[in-house]
Amino acid sequence: MILQIENLHAKVGDKEILRGVNLELPLGQVHAIMGPNGSGKSTLAQVLAGREEYTVSGQVLFDGKDLLSLSAEERAFMGLFLAFQYPVELPGVGNLYFLRTALNSVRKHRGLDELDAVDFLAYAQKRMDLVEMDRSLMSRSVNEGFSGGEKKRNEILQLAILEPKLAILDETDSGLDIDALRAVAKAVNALRSPDRTLLLITHYQRLLDYIVPDQVHVMTEGRIVRSGGKDLALELEQHGYLADAKDHTLPVGGTR
Amino acid sequence: MSLNPGTGLGQMVVPEPDGQPAWLQQIRRHSIQWVAQHGFPGRDDEDWKYTRLGPLLAIPFEPARASLPTSMSFSALDSLVGNFGGPRLVFVNGFFNPEWSSLTQIPENLLVMALQTRLHQEEESNGRHLFPPPNNAFTALNSALTEDGAYIEVPANLRVTTPIHLVFVADAGADAPPLLANPRSVVIAGANSHITLVESYIGLSPRLSLTNAVTEVVLEQGAQVEHYTVQNESEDAIHLGLVEVHQQQDSRFYAHVVSLGSSLARHEVRVALAGEGAETQLQGLYMPRGKQHHSHVTTIDHQSPGCTSRELYKGVLEGHSRAVFKGQVIVRQGADRTDASQTNKNLLLSEGAEIDTRPQLEILADDVKCTHGAAVGQLDEDAVFYLRSRGIPDKAARDMLTYAFVTEMLESLTLPALRTLLEHSVARQLSRDATSP
Ligand SMILES: Nc1ncnc2c1ncn2[C@@H]1O[C@H](COP(=O)(O)OP(=O)(O)O)[C@@H](O)[C@H]1O
Ligand SMILES: [Mg+2]
Repeated sequence: MILQIENLHAKVGDKEILRGVNLELPLGQVHAIMGPNGSGKSTLAQVLAGREEYTVSGQVLFDGKDLLSLSAEERAFMGLFLAFQYPVELPGVGNLYFLRTALNSVRKHRGLDELDAVDFLAYAQKRMDLVEMDRSLMSRSVNEGFSGGEKKRNEILQLAILEPKLAILDETDSGLDIDALRAVAKAVNALRSPDRTLLLITHYQRLLDYIVPDQVHVMTEGRIVRSGGKDLALELEQHGYLADAKDHTLPVGGTR
Repeated sequence: MSLNPGTGLGQMVVPEPDGQPAWLQQIRRHSIQWVAQHGFPGRDDEDWKYTRLGPLLAIPFEPARASLPTSMSFSALDSLVGNFGGPRLVFVNGFFNPEWSSLTQIPENLLVMALQTRLHQEEESNGRHLFPPPNNAFTALNSALTEDGAYIEVPANLRVTTPIHLVFVADAGADAPPLLANPRSVVIAGANSHITLVESYIGLSPRLSLTNAVTEVVLEQGAQVEHYTVQNESEDAIHLGLVEVHQQQDSRFYAHVVSLGSSLARHEVRVALAGEGAETQLQGLYMPRGKQHHSHVTTIDHQSPGCTSRELYKGVLEGHSRAVFKGQVIVRQGADRTDASQTNKNLLLSEGAEIDTRPQLEILADDVKCTHGAAVGQLDEDAVFYLRSRGIPDKAARDMLTYAFVTEMLESLTLPALRTLLEHSVARQLSRDATSP
């Protein structure tokens, strides 16, 4: 298991958002979490990445270590990566410089040599080709003025460069047109490996047509309420998120 | 002669201005009288209200004498202030120092010399305009006491490409009393001439010193002056600087100030847009930390129609530092088609830091375009988290975002050697341990 979550709770002030999440992710697999808006999917992702504004209890083991006691940067050193639902714009921080600083920081903590500017550029260009990223975006400030699709692609580029053990992709598909979705899915599939686990957060079945998961989990109201094989996604698409209420269609994911 | 009995600075004994041309002696006497009459600016003076002068006025300063620096060597100069390949005039405690200066590579017809030399050549009638009437006690004090500075006269149509570098070193000897230096520089850019000027202020000795500098810049029709001020005095120094600018028709003045050093620093720029179509651009970056206090005061006086002014000042405040930005824009009656914009942005890196930012627009003409904006904020915590989640440690993430905030100011420095020097100074300052004073 690369990740074991046991009875995870998260609150902001008095508001309880995660109410006892249990989840296990084996190394090398692709899992998906689906669920209605506001059910706590992004909160789970942010808590796992080390966001400090939540009051958290429960236990999370990442690669056998107590994840919740680590800072955000330490989690990144260990190989945890989150592709943000809303990537942040960083005016004045050059994209290439940012990527190199991040990679070298991570490499240093993993006991590897830092890459100089020339070697890094060669490496980054291969990764850019993989995610079909426009090279002109590299000389701009991080995400500043990027379109929605360009921002998501930049997240996947960071994933490709940092080579994490566990990557959580929070709604990477939202805001992408069909061509961009195909390109991103292709890149993500190319990044699948026996040493890497992917956790896809989405509320569209569409993404899972391109990146086929080993397992699908359903989250509602801060808990994982169902888990199943890849067909579960299809069933949810047809019948909504409440397992026993097949006549009850929730207004989620159904904007098609 | 005594200045203004009752204040520390005022108890200073001012030497009789003898051995100088009669017209100059007279200006000096008048200046002293001006201080005695008007006193030093107090809390009720809008322009000085936020600059804590109290402690300064109680210090028994003595006017400096010509000397060699004691706490630094000539070889250190390049790394401290940069080398721009052109003439360099070095002043120690306000006195021209020929040994450390280099007056080679001065294009023919370009006049670059120590002000003292110039003053002794000057006839009464010409000399007077070198000392316009003071508008505050420190300018008057400078007129009364200045011994030296730079005198630069660019003939019409001459385009000087290599920058002229003025270096002002504050360096009191180990057991010297608190020293007062009053450098005064005059730049006259003839019609359609171009010139670039860098003023560097440094100080290495840990002794208390006060630099009270005045620079006058006159731009004749169509002239262009790029003017850089880098204030990096020691953290025991007090720095007061005034740049007084007079612009004639279609002239262009581009100024940048970077304030890093001093315990108390005040940099003032006053621009008179006296001729139609003149353009001025003022940029400033201040980065006080610990208990430093940096004030920046600007006055842009649109006196003629069709003039443009652009102003951008940015501040990064750490520790318990304090900064003031006061930007006054006056648009006189008849100064139609004025286009003025002013922006001041501040980043507070600690809870103890404090900023006062006050734009002040006085518009007396009709057909004008004036905008101003001021912002005070902290680092974006979402951005910090984003960087940390990519494996960039907290401190490095904050430094990176702070550097990103100032990078716009550094990129606008068009002198590559100066930009590189300041990029290093700024990066060094930011990467210092945040908990140090
Ligand atoms: N920092 C926060 N402060 C207050 N409420 C929050 C915060 N983060 C999330 N929430 C709330 O928690 C709930 C779950 O949000 P989120 O995790 O973004 O859901 P999802 O990603 O499944 O749409 C929502 O009601 C949201 O408003
Ligand atoms: Mg979400």
